[in-house]
Amino acid sequence: MKILVCITHVPDTTSRIAFTEDDTQFDKTGVQFIIGPYDDYALARAVELKEQLGGTITALNVGEAETEPTIRKALAIGADDAIRVNAIPTDSFFVANEIATIAKEGQYDLILMGRESIDFNSGVVHSMVGEILGIPSISPVMTLDIEDATAKMTREIEGGKESIQAELPLVLGCQEPIAEWKIPNMRGIMTARTKPLEVKEPSANTTKTEFKNYELPPEKGAVKMIDADNVSELVDLLKNEAKVI
Amino acid sequence: MSILVFIEITEGTIKKSSLEAISYGAQLGDVTAIAFGEISVEELAKAGLSGASKVLHVSDEKYHLGNVQAYSSAISEAMESIGADTLVLSKSSLGDPISARVAIKQGASLASNVIELPDTSDGFTVKTSIYTGKAFAITKLTEDKKVISIKKNAIGIKEDGNAATVESFTPSSTDTDFKAKITSQNKTTGEILLPEADLVVSGGRGLKGPENWGMIEELATTLGAATGCSKPVSDMDWRPHHEHVGQTGIKVAPSLYIAVGISGAIQHLAGVNSSKYIVVVNKDPEAPFFKAADYGIVGDAFEVIPKLTEAIKAIS
Ligand SMILES: Cc1cc2nc3c(=O)[nH]c(=O)nc-3n(C[C@H](O)[C@H](O)[C@H](O)COP(=O)(O)OP(=O)(O)OC[C@H]3O[C@@H](n4cnc5c(N)ncnc54)[C@H](O)[C@@H]3O)c2cc1C
Ligand SMILES: Nc1ncnc2c1ncn2[C@@H]1O[C@H](COP(=O)(O)O)[C@@H](O)[C@H]1O
Repeated sequence: MKILVCITHVPDTTSRIAFTEDDTQFDKTGVQFIIGPYDDYALARAVELKEQLGGTITALNVGEAETEPTIRKALAIGADDAIRVNAIPTDSFFVANEIATIAKEGQYDLILMGRESIDFNSGVVHSMVGEILGIPSISPVMTLDIEDATAKMTREIEGGKESIQAELPLVLGCQEPIAEWKIPNMRGIMTARTKPLEVKEPSANTTKTEFKNYELPPEKGAVKMIDADNVSELVDLLKNEAKVI
Repeated sequence: MSILVFIEITEGTIKKSSLEAISYGAQLGDVTAIAFGEISVEELAKAGLSGASKVLHVSDEKYHLGNVQAYSSAISEAMESIGADTLVLSKSSLGDPISARVAIKQGASLASNVIELPDTSDGFTVKTSIYTGKAFAITKLTEDKKVISIKKNAIGIKEDGNAATVESFTPSSTDTDFKAKITSQNKTTGEILLPEADLVVSGGRGLKGPENWGMIEELATTLGAATGCSKPVSDMDWRPHHEHVGQTGIKVAPSLYIAVGISGAIQHLAGVNSSKYIVVVNKDPEAPFFKAADYGIVGDAFEVIPKLTEAIKAIS
C-alpha cells in the first residue's frame, strides 16, 4: 500500500491574522506554523493503515523552504519520506496540478488530504486532483477502512452521513473522527532528521487566478451586558434593536 | 454572461442556499439552473422567483443520491449544451467537490467562499472569506470560464421573478461516473439544517451532559432555530458530529447565534464569526466568548435558558 499524504503549512489555530506590505503579505511575526488540522487527521489515519496493512507513507507539501520544519513533523509522526515542491502555492489549481504530477509519478494507491486548508478554506484541492487523475475523490471522509483494494468510507453530508464504497486508487479529504491526532514521540523526532526529504521544482506554472490583496473584517463593537434576572430585556433588544427575531 | 446554477434539493424543495446562488447568478446574467433527484416540477419552477429563467431537471433514479463525479460530468455537459461560461453554486459538502471537478473539466478559474457580487470594473474580481472568517482575499479570476462557490447566508435571496420553465435533462453518463458507490444515506428529516440556518442555538460543555439538551432544543424550536454544539460536545457523542461548529467543524453565518455554556475558544469563534449577532450565556464573566458577543448574560444556563424561552414565547 503506497499512501501519499498532502499537508499544508498553516498558522496555528490560535494565531492573530494580520497583513503587511499594503495588505499583500501575511504577517508572520510571532506566528507558529503547524500541519493543517485536517491534514493531521489524514496523516494519523495513514499511520494506522500502514500499521495494519504495511506499505509506505510519503508526505507532500507544495511550498517554499520555510515549510520544511512542518514537513519534518510529518516525518516524525510517521511518514517514511517526503517531497517538497519548491513553489509558493499561489492558487488551488496550481497546487492540484503539482500534486497530480507527483501522484502520477509515484503511482500511489491512496492519496489522503485534509477536507480543507485552514488558510484558504476552499476544500477543493483533493477533488481537483481526483479529476485531473480521473479517479474518484471523496470528502469530507469521517471513517475509512480498507480491505483488499476496496475502501469503505462514511462521508458527512448536511444533516447526516452516507456510506460510500470504491476501489483504489482514490483521493480523500479527511476530517474527524477518522483518527486521533498523533503527537510525535522522541524516537520519531530523532529519525525524522535523517528521513529523505526530496525537493522538486514545479512541473508547470499554471494559475487561473491573480491575487490582489487581503482585507480584515471590521472590529466588533462592545458587548451589551444584560442582567440574568431580566431576560425580557434581551428579547426586546433582539426584536427591536437587532431585529433578528 | 450565461450562467448555470447548481441547485441542491432537500426533502423535495430547493435549498435556501441554492436560491441564494440563483439570486447571485441573476445579478450577473441569464440563469439556467440544474437540479438532480426527487422534486416536483412546481417546486423547481420556484427557482424562477429568485431569477432563473429555466431549470434542467435530471430525474433519472441513478442520480438520486449526490454522486459527485456523476453530478460534475452532468453539470459540465449542461454548461456545454446551453453555452454557459460560468457555474455558480453554494459552498457545501456537495458544492465543494463539484466546483473543483467542473473547474478542471472546463478549464475555469475557481473562487470558493465568495461573499459579495464581483467587481467588474477591471476584469472580474471577487472577495472571498479566508483564514476561517478572520480575513478576506481579493482575487481576480483570469479565465473566460468561471466557477463561483458562494458562502452561505452572505448574499441574500431576491424573490421578484416569475416561475421558471422546467425541462428534463438526460446526461450521457459513463461507468467511471459511478465508480464510487453510495451504499446508504442517513439524514435527519424535518430539522433545520445547521449550515443553512438563519438562527442557531448552540451548547457547550457547560451543559454538563446530553440529558440537559432538552432546554436547548426547546429554545431552538421556539425560535425556529437549528441546534449546534462545541467540539468536545460532539467528541463525547453528546450531540451528532454534524452539529459541531468551529474551525474544524461547520462554519455558520446566521443572523443570530446563541452560545450557551461555551467558553469561546478561538477555534470555536472561527466558525461563528460571520454571524450578524451573537448572544452569549455563560456563568463565568471572564469567558472569552463575551468579547466576541453583541449581547451577554452572566448566569447559570439552567436558570437563564428556560426563562429566555418563556420570554420569547410571550412575545410570539
Ligand atoms: C486544532 C484545534 C481545532 C479545534 N477546533 C474546534 C472547533 O472547531 N470547534 C470547537 O468548539 N472547538 C474546537 N477546538 C477546541 C477548543 O479549543 C475548545 O477546547 C472548545 O471549544 C471548548 O468547548 P466548550 O466551550 O464547550 O468547553 P469549555 O471550554 O469546557 O467551556 C465550558 C464553558 O461553560 C461555562 N459553564 C459551565 N457551567 C455553566 C452553567 N451552568 N451555565 C452557563 N455556563 C456554564 C464555563 O464557564 C465555560 O466557559 C479545537 C482545538 C484545537 C486544538
Ligand atoms: N500547498 C499545499 N501542499 C500540499 N497539500 C496541499 C496544499 N494546499 C492544499 N493541500 C491539500 O489539499 C487540502 C484541501 O485544501 P484546500 O482546497 O486549499 O482547502 C488540504 O487539506 C491539503 O491536504
